[in-house]
Amino acid sequence: MSPVGMMSVPFAAVGRGAMRLVNNLGAAGIFLLLAFAGIFHPKQLTKIIQQIYYVGARSFGIIALVSLFTGMVLGLQSYHALVQFGAEGALGTLVSLTLIRELGPVLTAIMITARAGSAITAEIGIQRISEQIDALYTMRIDPLRFLVSPRIAAAIISFPLLTAIFDVVGIFGGYISGVLLMGANSASYIYRIQSNTDIGDVTDGFIKAIVFAVIVSTVSCYQGYFAHMRTDVHGAKAVGLSTTAAVVLSCVLILVADYVVTSILIGN
Amino acid sequence: MDSPFIEFRDVTKRFGSLTVLEDVSFNIHEGEVTTIIGLSGSGKSVLLKHIIGLLKPDSGVILFEGKPLGEMSRNELHKTLSQVSYMFQGNALFDSMTVYENIALPLRETTSLTETQIDKKVSARIEQTELTEAAHCYPSELSGGMQKRAALARVLVTDPKVVLFDEPTTGQDPVRKNAILSMIAQYQRKFGFTAVLVSHEIPDVYFISNRILALYQKKIVFQGSPEEFEDFDHPFQTEVIRSLEGLQHELTGMYSKRQFKLQNHIRMKRAGEGDMYAVLVHTLQEDYLTKANPGRDSHEEVLKGIEQCIAEYFTTAGGFSTRLKTHEFVTVLPYSDIAEAADLARGFVDSLKKKMNGTAAATAAENEQANTGGEFALLIGAAQGFPADEMETVIASARSRQTTTARLHCGAGR
Repeated sequence: MSPVGMMSVPFAAVGRGAMRLVNNLGAAGIFLLLAFAGIFHPKQLTKIIQQIYYVGARSFGIIALVSLFTGMVLGLQSYHALVQFGAEGALGTLVSLTLIRELGPVLTAIMITARAGSAITAEIGIQRISEQIDALYTMRIDPLRFLVSPRIAAAIISFPLLTAIFDVVGIFGGYISGVLLMGANSASYIYRIQSNTDIGDVTDGFIKAIVFAVIVSTVSCYQGYFAHMRTDVHGAKAVGLSTTAAVVLSCVLILVADYVVTSILIGN
Repeated sequence: MDSPFIEFRDVTKRFGSLTVLEDVSFNIHEGEVTTIIGLSGSGKSVLLKHIIGLLKPDSGVILFEGKPLGEMSRNELHKTLSQVSYMFQGNALFDSMTVYENIALPLRETTSLTETQIDKKVSARIEQTELTEAAHCYPSELSGGMQKRAALARVLVTDPKVVLFDEPTTGQDPVRKNAILSMIAQYQRKFGFTAVLVSHEIPDVYFISNRILALYQKKIVFQGSPEEFEDFDHPFQTEVIRSLEGLQHELTGMYSKRQFKLQNHIRMKRAGEGDMYAVLVHTLQEDYLTKANPGRDSHEEVLKGIEQCIAEYFTTAGGFSTRLKTHEFVTVLPYSDIAEAADLARGFVDSLKKKMNGTAAATAAENEQANTGGEFALLIGAAQGFPADEMETVIASARSRQTTTARLHCGAGR
């Protein structure tokens, strides 16, 4: 290879990577648009309700548990930090704003990714490799509308609701550790939450939850739907790797999107 | 001939650098059963997936009722392909749905029928495919044959004009294979759809097919009736059909049972009403064999020798033979009467005696001094058959007329 050719090797790899990324982003964007359009098909209601049950209702237990302990740890740590400055009265504000603005949407999304996102990828992936998706096509049923649209709709509905549950239970967890265990003033805790948390904070949290819902459901469905296109492995292994990829990619994108959305919301 | 229902014109399909189909052209006619045969991996399923629109050709045209698929509007294409159903090799039933839900799925999702109307149609298909007991079971709770029937019911519930079957008998035992092929033939007659099959079940598929398409080295090398296919002189016959069928036994030249059936089927189709034939049934009597007890290897050698003699002698006389049971062979002599058959049988015994003298066995008369090994009898019976007669009946008749035509001595330890 000529010296010029050798020098171009790393750039070529970067170029290929960039092209692959752009391709995937484009494909995922089209995938999302087509699936989103399918939500409004008249035969979707039953399927959406079923998916709300699988994605949302069945995640309630784990969300409640995680949020309770997150709130308790937050209450405990914050109390110890605030008490050094004699500011333990601000405990309610700290716990509620941290949960409503940041931890609620992010941790809810990550927990649903782990519980429901992985299941979505595995289910759609198996349907793909066992030709069930091809069978839908041969029956003239749009696979995106039938499999993906209800899941995206269910995620968009479930994520904000579960985030709200996370926030409420988390605040209650903070109350248990900060007030009941450490002895902070109960009235002050509740008063600070009421006075310093406004509807804007809740709305911001919900906006994040909806953004995360779109990310998690799209990534999970996309990875499963195209499990057969993997070039490294095939069959059951492809479904396994796609599931792992869906969870990892969703978590990374949640954190990246969290920063981007926070910047935009703070800017506004 | 009427214009084809589906037509492929110079269709080429590549996956990366691998060319699977190259300038493939063929016709499928309405109301017929067309079977695509070829070796595994030769692109038969790829071809089928082009018909349903799962794959698109890199070049060439696919026409439905004379109209190219590529030139159809979205709605037209949807309407055209809605007439086509596809039965997957692995059934592709939704494992999270019951049999009933699987069958109802295309109606629920693609039509505006009410639940009552859907129930009526689904129940009818469930009843027709004898799945009433299994209607509320999940596919994983069913046997392979029942899953096939469920997949067939789902395929038929939309009343398609064309049904594509991708290796419908794969993984089934011989009894089920025949049952599935019969089921396809029966439903095709009942509902009148155009069927396209991909199958390895040669020659069984011939009996239900109107047309055969042979896919060989990326091209369709033959399209025509099963009878025409028998006369098709092409490397495909040697490389594919013989490897699939096992054709004639290499050592004996005897037809396999399947080929015997096929040969007879073709002969019957060609025969006129008055064309008679004779059947000879040759049996080595077991009593003698048991008493003689000359050893298993020796038995096999004698049987193989006789098998070879039958095949050679009667093939020269224009007949064809097969081994029906361990010690029973049958020969069909087309256009022969019973007297000619009896003459041929006598000639055969003489030839057998000559041939076997000094090999595995010799006639008892010629081996009176032999005190090792055993003696057994060759019984031959002849019967007359006509095109309208069932082959089994003619064979039974020949069997009932058997007489001992030779006593053969089998040397021990051979």
